Amino acid sequence: MQEIKASMAGSVWKIVIKQGDSIEEDQDIVILESMKMEIPIVAESAGTVKELKVAEGDFVNEGDVIAIIE
Amino acid sequence: MIQKILIANRGEIADRIIRTCKKMSIATVAVYSEADKQASYVSMADESFLIGPPKVNESYLNVDKILEVAKEAYVDAIHPGYGFLSENVQFAETCSAEGIIFIGPDSKVINQMGSKIAARNLMRQAGVRVVPGTDGAVSTTQDALEAAKKFGYPIMLKASAGGGGIGMQVVQSDEELVKAFESNSNRALNFFGDGSMFMEKKIENARHIEIQILADEHGNAVHLFERECSIQRRNQKVIEEAPSIYISDELRKLMGDAAVKAVETIGYTNAGTIEFLVDEQENFYFLEMNTRIQVEHPVTEEITGVDIVEQQIIIANGNEMTVKQGDLSIDGHAIEVRIYAEDPVTFFPSPGHISVLELPEGPHIRNETAVKADYQVTPFYDPMIGKLIVKEKDRNKTIASLKEALLNYKIEGIKTNIPMLIEIIEHEQFLKGNTTTSFVENYYLIQK
Repeated sequence: MQEIKASMAGSVWKIVIKQGDSIEEDQDIVILESMKMEIPIVAESAGTVKELKVAEGDFVNEGDVIAIIE
Repeated sequence: MIQKILIANRGEIADRIIRTCKKMSIATVAVYSEADKQASYVSMADESFLIGPPKVNESYLNVDKILEVAKEAYVDAIHPGYGFLSENVQFAETCSAEGIIFIGPDSKVINQMGSKIAARNLMRQAGVRVVPGTDGAVSTTQDALEAAKKFGYPIMLKASAGGGGIGMQVVQSDEELVKAFESNSNRALNFFGDGSMFMEKKIENARHIEIQILADEHGNAVHLFERECSIQRRNQKVIEEAPSIYISDELRKLMGDAAVKAVETIGYTNAGTIEFLVDEQENFYFLEMNTRIQVEHPVTEEITGVDIVEQQIIIANGNEMTVKQGDLSIDGHAIEVRIYAEDPVTFFPSPGHISVLELPEGPHIRNETAVKADYQVTPFYDPMIGKLIVKEKDRNKTIASLKEALLNYKIEGIKTNIPMLIEIIEHEQFLKGNTTTSFVENYYLIQK
């Protein structure tokens, strides 16, 4: 199991995957937006998206779990 | 006669503009979003108006709301600062239509300089060399490959409608170009609704050197020498200095004259900046023109003694500016560092609560900031929370004082780039003046 965590504080601008999707290593999961900067958050390894913990527009802090990959 | 100005901006630049207005006995009106209630400029202004929620399109980019406040407060003029509406053609037009002075150039000139292609063509007419590149937008991979054959690699790919480095990439080969063209074009389409690209020859080991100009409606135009702004991260400036130690008196005159000629050719008025890339053979190429006050204007003010905001207001009022080329000279050396709320290595934003803030103080130190202790830095705006400017007799003394000031810049609760700034100004290549636009990649990130 892999927890995908936010690398910065900001709001969830776009979610680019769905629960149940199988994804590859380095694939974008969500795009966070903060201070005029958009940062894609990527999967560290391949797997299936077990759970998405955020919705578009949500505010996350650095270190918050965004998704769980199995 | 301008007696009351609305500042259509926030943060440190709003503070900065209000200070000059007070000096000139001009009344000020601040506008702020719900996220900026605590900011110092809100209480500094004679009047302040809440204009909406934190999001920029509902507050600082909300033209209707800002103009409504301007009319309600009976202002004579609007100062747009930098960013936000400062280079917005429609905003400048609407201001004049409403009989409010827009403190900046004519909207027609903003429009011309806002288009990369139109700006390049106009500069060529003014006899200024431009970076070799495509004269129009390139929309297919095939056209891109043909253009690449003409200029040779490396090539800089840019989104025609771009800004902030989005859609920008350096490519070294046909293979890289094909890949990058498609992905950047898609990205530009997502961000700007326009996927057309523009290609330029990448000038290697270039320095970013810009000329500050002032021009009035009476045919007077002057340059206030150069600023060297090569130290950048994410294509945004981090450290700026004036003068540049790379520039000889001869080159300074050539660049200054070229900038003044350009300004006269396009019929520019008010303060503006012409950005150039300077190569290793001291050739300089037009990059772009910023038709507004720049973030880094204080270094020019420090070495010339000119209050640029004051001249902007005098010019906007239709008067002759009080600066003459023959009276201008360079006194000392000034460096500005931008304090960003961000991780010093990844450059990721770090909004949060500032628990402690103690600014360095001294006769050679100038602080520009709108934050304070017990202050919430929100994720809605640019990460720049302040600027520290130091001026001494020469560059070495300035760097020494700047280092001391940075060591005494006490900020707690959020991450900032201060460790990065200290590391850069201590670096032997920086001390030698070997500052190119690749400095951060070549000398800073390589050690991380």
